Amino acid sequence: MFRYLLRRLALTIPTFIALMFVTFVAIRLVPGDPVEVRVGERGISPERLAMFRHELGLDQPVWKQFADYCVQLMHGDFGTSLATNQKVLTEFAALFPATIELSLAGMLFAVVLGIPAGTIAAARRGTLFDQTLMGLSVTGYSMPIFWWGLLLIMFVAERWGLTPVSGRIDLIKYYFEPTTGFMVIDAWLSGQAGAVKDALHHLVLPAIVLGTIPLAVIARMTRSAMLEVLSEDYVRTARAKGLPAWRVIGLHALRNALIPVVTIIGLQVGALMAGAVLTETIFSWPGVGKWLIESISRRDYPALQGGVMLISSIVIGVNLLVDLTYGLINPRIRHG
Amino acid sequence: MYRLTTAKSKFALASLALAATLAAPGAASAKTLVYCSEGSPENFTPALNTTGTSFDAARPVYDKLTQFTRGSTQVEPGLAESWTVSPDGKVFTFKLRKGVKFHSGVNGFKPTRDFNADDVLFSFERQWKDDHPYAKVSGGKYDYFADMGLKDDVQAIEKLDPLTVRITLKKANVTMLANLAMDFAAIHSAEYADMLAKANKKEQFDQQPVGTGAFSFVMYQKDAVIRYKANPAYWGEKALVDDLVYAITPDPTARYSKLKAKECHFVIAPRPADLPEMQKDASLSVINQPGLNIAYWAFNTQKPPFDKKEVRQALSMAIDKAAIIKDVYLGAGTGAKNLIPPTLWSYNNNVKDYPHDVAKAKDMLAKAGVKTPLEIDLWYMPVQRPYNPNAKRIAEMMQSDLAKVGVNAKLVTYEWGEYRKRMQQGEHITGMLGWTGDNGDPDNFFFLRGCEAARPGGQNLSKWCNKEFDSRLEKARATADMKERTRLYTEMQQIEHDDAPDFKIAHSVVYEAMRKEVTGYKQSPFGSHQFNGVDLK
Repeated sequence: MFRYLLRRLALTIPTFIALMFVTFVAIRLVPGDPVEVRVGERGISPERLAMFRHELGLDQPVWKQFADYCVQLMHGDFGTSLATNQKVLTEFAALFPATIELSLAGMLFAVVLGIPAGTIAAARRGTLFDQTLMGLSVTGYSMPIFWWGLLLIMFVAERWGLTPVSGRIDLIKYYFEPTTGFMVIDAWLSGQAGAVKDALHHLVLPAIVLGTIPLAVIARMTRSAMLEVLSEDYVRTARAKGLPAWRVIGLHALRNALIPVVTIIGLQVGALMAGAVLTETIFSWPGVGKWLIESISRRDYPALQGGVMLISSIVIGVNLLVDLTYGLINPRIRHG
Repeated sequence: MYRLTTAKSKFALASLALAATLAAPGAASAKTLVYCSEGSPENFTPALNTTGTSFDAARPVYDKLTQFTRGSTQVEPGLAESWTVSPDGKVFTFKLRKGVKFHSGVNGFKPTRDFNADDVLFSFERQWKDDHPYAKVSGGKYDYFADMGLKDDVQAIEKLDPLTVRITLKKANVTMLANLAMDFAAIHSAEYADMLAKANKKEQFDQQPVGTGAFSFVMYQKDAVIRYKANPAYWGEKALVDDLVYAITPDPTARYSKLKAKECHFVIAPRPADLPEMQKDASLSVINQPGLNIAYWAFNTQKPPFDKKEVRQALSMAIDKAAIIKDVYLGAGTGAKNLIPPTLWSYNNNVKDYPHDVAKAKDMLAKAGVKTPLEIDLWYMPVQRPYNPNAKRIAEMMQSDLAKVGVNAKLVTYEWGEYRKRMQQGEHITGMLGWTGDNGDPDNFFFLRGCEAARPGGQNLSKWCNKEFDSRLEKARATADMKERTRLYTEMQQIEHDDAPDFKIAHSVVYEAMRKEVTGYKQSPFGSHQFNGVDLK
């Protein structure tokens, strides 16, 4: 087990180096540098331009900049944002709880609906329910998030007034300092009446939008895993014993079917992060996704590189964790 | 000792939290104005920034020595009660307002004295002197201070007594008074700066702002919200609401939805496509005004055949301006005939724009000895700008108009930074660009056609140097007499029109939308947002 862990950790190192290199080069391939993006029509004298480029180290050869960046990273320094002059890590830490809160809510929505839906579809294979559900899941899987978000805002929030349009809390009614960065927890800590409910209320639409694609994936995956398990001998045996259907499906079949589903949930973390970029923009959600988009338009190299590195580390970390827990959930899988 | 302090601070925190909890229901019933803004500020020190978003975020907190009358480009007294300008236009003496208080309680700061000359010196010297203790804090790029020529042109900034400051320039520049009303010239508290320097927390100076403005800063959460509260001790036009909230909402569709759902009272930059529906909504009011900007198509007057006035005039008549306004600006633009927009003082409404006249244009080209078909390059910007929603589309329309008079225009563009650089070097024959005004002084537009800016690398993209025009430009810069300046600028507009160094396309029209409950808001020609004097019914 320990050796397996070491091997997996060692394997992530080349991934990180490749990632560092790709983000570093990609942002520099986009025309325009941070200083020129800043000045606009006004222009800048060549002397001032040279001075700022020198201060930012942009006048160095690219390989040198990359080497410096690697050394910096090894010291745990993700650099300083060119736009705000704040440490990239500080900015990330301030925004990341909002993204986690949103992702957790989205995932909860996907799991709570996806697993039962997939299970029922498998149990009623070929029925209208099954066909409808599978049709919907294809739609859900190919849903353009931006359009879906705007559509929900238009109907659910605007026309029917069921949820707030965007943001994380009612800014007129509630005011408290962020303590943890998780709005629901902060609202609870503030002790203000109705704040937690309001924060949850604000989470509904973004969670649905972000959770739609994972929901479709999980429902489909659960269905196919269940179908496979339902044809196993032990399920037939259980049925033959005269066990009620819910016990056969819910206990005997589902537990075994969940193994591949857990893997898929782990893999969806990456998809959630990608979806968060769009969802956060539509719902004015102050998370890291929106921050990255702005960093691109400002050519804020350190913020973008640091942000991508941090998010990737988290995705890689979660996947590693899923692989490791796999062995714990299913004792038949041994890492040697 | 340490333990005691910790225990004390814990107790203090606990009581603060309790107080906040108790105060909350009261705060909820207070008047709160919510402005749906478009983005996060870079920080709260305007001198460090260049974007309207950042200026808007700092504006409630600060005052300047001079200021723009709300909703206008006129300069009025701010923290300076009065001033005198020497006859040579080089020495400015400001008498400061007495008894002005800095905000108390922000970041633990309690001012012990009123605003005085030390604060003025601190605010300017930080930007001016490279060895100032705060010069390098937060990156230390003072773009506007340098752009407005102050970095090079200031000779001395002196405190004559606690309430008198004298600024001496190396060369005459009366636009200084308007420059000082710009956001970069915000006055900070020197005492607050000292406090943070002693605590080794200088970087907080630009994150937790202390000023003398109509609102004091409460908190900022990146990409989410900025909160301010009314400053009851404000010397000027007071805040009429108790709390001001900027709800950061980058997506224009989301802003519109929030406005309808009463989640905000005021939105910046509605989408042109949403305007017809907004205007029909009885619970909203939509206002508009020409922006302080100009989109133009510059002829390089140093390259034939554009060295001939007649050719430039002919091409000015060849283009169907009305069609461009209608099809590209979609109502969010107004045809331009002068370099400055009509909201700016000294605008010359007697100038008659060139008519769209294909026959006459052809005739003039023939008379000027131009052989058709004439091959030219037409450069267009690769990006959308506030004054030009779609340069490529405009270029295509011009191309087809030009073909009708026998001119074949080849469309050319480069990466944005490269584009500006090449045009400033004068590599183009004709090319589009534009300008957004900074300080509401006509000089800030007319310098674009001055001889000094016509050098390679300069901002005069027509590379046009007309002595009649330029001598007036210099003269107007050196006299503080508003009547005289108005006369000079009025004449300059006619001179420029007659010589046609460029074809003026449009001034964009800036729209803003708010709920009907909002009263007293005045749209700023600068496109800036200001909420003192604004109330909720």
